[in-house]
Amino acid sequence: MTELPQAMIETATSAADWVLVLPIVLALMGAAALLVVRRSNGVPMLGAVLVIVGIIACEISLLLRVVSEGPLSMTMGKWLPPFGISLTADLLGAAFALAAAVVTLIVVLYAEIDRDGNDSGDGFHSMVLLLLAGVTGSFLTGDLFNLYVWFEVMLIASFGLIVSGGTPLQLDGAVKYGFLNFLATTLFLLALGLTYGLLGTLNMADIIRVAPEANRAAITGIAALLLLAFGMKAAAFPLNAWLPASYHTPSAAVSALFAGLLTKVGAYALLRSQVALLPDSRDLLEPVLAVLAIATLVIAPLGAIAETQLRRAIGFFVIGGIGAILAGLSMPNVIGIAGAGIYIFHAILAMTALYMVVGLVEVRTGARDTRQMGGLYAASAPLSILFFVLILAVAGVPPFLGFWPKLLLLEAGVMDAELGWVGTAMVVALVLNAILTLIAGTRLWAHIFWRNGPEGSPGSSEPMALVPPTPKVRMAFTVVGALVLGVVLLGLWPNPMIEVGQRAAADIIDPGRYIEAVGLAGGAS
Amino acid sequence: MNTVIFRTAAPLIVATMLVFSVYVCLRGHNEPGGGFIGGLIAAASIAVFGMASGVPAVRRALKVDPLAIAGFGVLLAGFAGLASLFIHAPFMTSIWMYLHLGETVVPLSTPMFFDIGVYCVVFGTLSAVALALESDEEEDL
Repeated sequence: MTELPQAMIETATSAADWVLVLPIVLALMGAAALLVVRRSNGVPMLGAVLVIVGIIACEISLLLRVVSEGPLSMTMGKWLPPFGISLTADLLGAAFALAAAVVTLIVVLYAEIDRDGNDSGDGFHSMVLLLLAGVTGSFLTGDLFNLYVWFEVMLIASFGLIVSGGTPLQLDGAVKYGFLNFLATTLFLLALGLTYGLLGTLNMADIIRVAPEANRAAITGIAALLLLAFGMKAAAFPLNAWLPASYHTPSAAVSALFAGLLTKVGAYALLRSQVALLPDSRDLLEPVLAVLAIATLVIAPLGAIAETQLRRAIGFFVIGGIGAILAGLSMPNVIGIAGAGIYIFHAILAMTALYMVVGLVEVRTGARDTRQMGGLYAASAPLSILFFVLILAVAGVPPFLGFWPKLLLLEAGVMDAELGWVGTAMVVALVLNAILTLIAGTRLWAHIFWRNGPEGSPGSSEPMALVPPTPKVRMAFTVVGALVLGVVLLGLWPNPMIEVGQRAAADIIDPGRYIEAVGLAGGAS
Repeated sequence: MNTVIFRTAAPLIVATMLVFSVYVCLRGHNEPGGGFIGGLIAAASIAVFGMASGVPAVRRALKVDPLAIAGFGVLLAGFAGLASLFIHAPFMTSIWMYLHLGETVVPLSTPMFFDIGVYCVVFGTLSAVALALESDEEEDL
């Protein structure tokens, strides 16, 4: 009898490694449990909060462990990688997963303003947890097919969330959102089939090992297909039309969750696939990436300037942020990738907060269009301050959070002489984006808060009559305030974040530790 | 559709399909079958029952909300995966136990519980869809 190669992991798995799996499993099982109890009053909300707190605890310990010991991997079912499905957390994935769980917790608390107290069994909390499971799974997986599965989980949950309420406007938004996202996941699946046919593996660490030996033209075709699929998910120009057409239709809480998480998963997948998995193909695609980045950076804030519907305008800010991430992708040095990574982290926190503040503005003014708003500053100063801080953070004004990743991106463009025209073009586009975003943001600020009253009203100095805040609105205001405070504090003490970002970027560019963590370093396949 | 013949035969068809679905689910580990196909057969029987005797009767007979069954299925599958925590193995590692009952040996395993979970998910989800499509009035799922 011939000696078969070993197929199973023989060493015992430490219980401490389970911090990698538990965030996903807790979210998934929490979603299922809340589906069972969805008609009991108050239980889903409380259950969701408890589950997310548990997830955050696991992810904090996961992040600490990855910071001190490097990437952590676990391959399901005791099979040896690349045959078993690996979950692998490196610094980038662990940090994003933590940020995602934190904003989800805030959104669950905030969402109470849209809910009338008795849970009608619409399964809102269940779907939020399912969405979190999909997002966390995407950030922590080490397998491309598994990433596709988590994309589908996110898609199912987001469909449920975007139509819950069932107004015609929402269905209209859901059709646009759904069609383009289905197209993107189909393209992704197509790319996966080609990858498996070409390389014989879908394990990310294994792809990094075997991709350099494969046919360069074929692998670049796959990278281009992935760029198209993830670009659509991330709403990069010219595939961004679905985002402003759909993100304003559901409730503000759902919009905030989508803006903070969904496009960022697309951006993360771009970062992972183009820079970490297929760096040679990225070099060939660099002009494409650069043009996409510049177009997204410049066109998105122009859309925001032209828009009067408040939440649609904010949607263009989300797209502009994707441009900054693409700029990092087209400058693949440690500083550029760190800038892109920290920008994603910043955008998860700041975009969610911005949508929630906008939701509060809508609740207090009873309007959704900036033409019907005005004079809010005199009526509610705290709300104006939150909005202003977030606009500055999104535009990248120091010392707010958004400034640091953009500074890193500018540094990457200026310092790296090898980049040639790309570096210079990125610097110009980033600065232009910051200025245009600032113009769009201050224009919104001036319309909503600064001028005396709604459009066409006489210039009276009376502050606008607001809907008086209910206790729920006060609570929502408190949780959003806490998130904004977090954004401000991170902006004031950015050093730990920048250091983690640079170490994460180093691991992305030189994936030796990542491959070793999965257990493929020996190359005994 | 609602003929006397159909209404008389429906309970028999439903009972046979439900028993068969359990059989298909349990044989699935080594032979064609499994939780997914078993759940589909069971959900089809619920659809037949709904056509014959009306959705309210089916809901009374099920006693539990179909979507709650689906949620329970995911929970069961999740616990089946978590069990490997206790044998110091990665998530989803299968654990086998052989029950000796006189002459026969009954193999019990965590994949079986996972499969039963899948059965519940498919059964619950598709029954909910089928009942919603069959019911005449607007209903609150």
